Amino acid sequence: MTFTVNGREQEADDVWEGESLLYVLRERLGLPGSKNACEQGECGSCTVRLDGVPVCACLVAAGQAEGREVVTVEGLAGRSGTAELSVVQQAFVDAGAVQCGFCTPGLLVAADDLLERVPQPSDADIREALSGNLCRCTGYEKILDAVRLAAARTGEGG
Amino acid sequence: MDFLRPADWEEALAAKAAHPTAVPIAGGTDVMVEINFDHRRPEYLLDLNRVGELYEWQTDGPDVRLGAAVPYTRVMEHLRAELPGLALAAHTVGSPQIRNRGSVGGNLGAASPAGDSHPALLAAGADVEVQSVRGTRLIPVEEFYTGVKRNALAPDELIRAVRIRRATGPQQFSKVGTRNAMVIAVCAFGVALHPHGRTIRTGIGSAAPTPVRARVAEEFLAAALEEGGLWESGGAVPPSVAAHFAELAAGACNPIDDVRGSAAYRRRAVAVMARRTLGWVWDEYRHSQGRGARCA
Repeated sequence: MTFTVNGREQEADDVWEGESLLYVLRERLGLPGSKNACEQGECGSCTVRLDGVPVCACLVAAGQAEGREVVTVEGLAGRSGTAELSVVQQAFVDAGAVQCGFCTPGLLVAADDLLERVPQPSDADIREALSGNLCRCTGYEKILDAVRLAAARTGEGG
Repeated sequence: MDFLRPADWEEALAAKAAHPTAVPIAGGTDVMVEINFDHRRPEYLLDLNRVGELYEWQTDGPDVRLGAAVPYTRVMEHLRAELPGLALAAHTVGSPQIRNRGSVGGNLGAASPAGDSHPALLAAGADVEVQSVRGTRLIPVEEFYTGVKRNALAPDELIRAVRIRRATGPQQFSKVGTRNAMVIAVCAFGVALHPHGRTIRTGIGSAAPTPVRARVAEEFLAAALEEGGLWESGGAVPPSVAAHFAELAAGACNPIDDVRGSAAYRRRAVAVMARRTLGWVWDEYRHSQGRGARCA
């Protein structure tokens, strides 16, 4: 199958079209950033953007991604042409929003999408946008702090 | 397993006719779970993502014609005025990621008694538009659910759209679960006032083998409102009427004990939701008539 991942055209061989997009990303393309946990859309740790829209990669059949555009957590850093972390990633580091780190990639993709749609989100907006991402370490408070911090920094920059 | 990728609706119908065992997949939020867990290994997967018509909706008639694969997110963003009950129900589906992919057509195809759309469709009034190479059928939504996870589709048919009556009065939806996101309903209740015909319609989810209407409750309430002249006066629904409506709604349930809740709890919860949602829609109706005291 051929599709675009993080701006680059990718070809994956021997893909069984009923396998998940998540499996293709992790096992066939060597992009393990998107995490594999529940495989039923409950945990959000495999969140990627498919044609710009946040989705659970575990619930997209590989065949459905043919010719489409996917952005994974690996595509967030370096968008400005440098190796720099994205604003959301840096805010997660600075706010202490990462503990074991397993849920972090999905949260980063979801938070990045939120700030793109709603640059100055309310707390309710943040909670809603992250309601499909489970974290079992942090208790979420630091994650909410990180998104607020990213929003504040984006506002300053703009 | 073969992956069928029709480019348009005609091709999709032809593929389904040629391969009646093909499992349609759009958002994948049900089908992929079954495949990931090896609960299902369909011979053919019929991908509908490229069939653009299924992602469109029309609002120019008395019905909203909602393409089968329109994601819940779109319903919430664009159809809140026309389909308030369904928009509320859509907002309780899974999470943003799930709502970006899942659709009412998928809910109908899966026909789970716990599907969040069903109570709203039953309350609003809707027909499921199904097609095959043989032609089109309009199936009233109450007749579409035929058993637990079974529906009225013939093997060669696909769901093209749902034609949902445009709201002419207040609608509400309520759902019981352990948290506010990522919850399969323990039970759910939808209610819609239809002031022009002076009728009330309801829908109950996850409290019987299929989604059902509480018809006896609907008829009782319609008669009570008529008798009291409440449609004209905009007077409050007497508590005894609301209580009996709730009791009759619980009586329409035929629930089971399962991991999400007991049968007794479901009956009780449906009664509570029926009473509450009736209060909400009737308050909204009274205020729209310029009557009734608005309370905080």
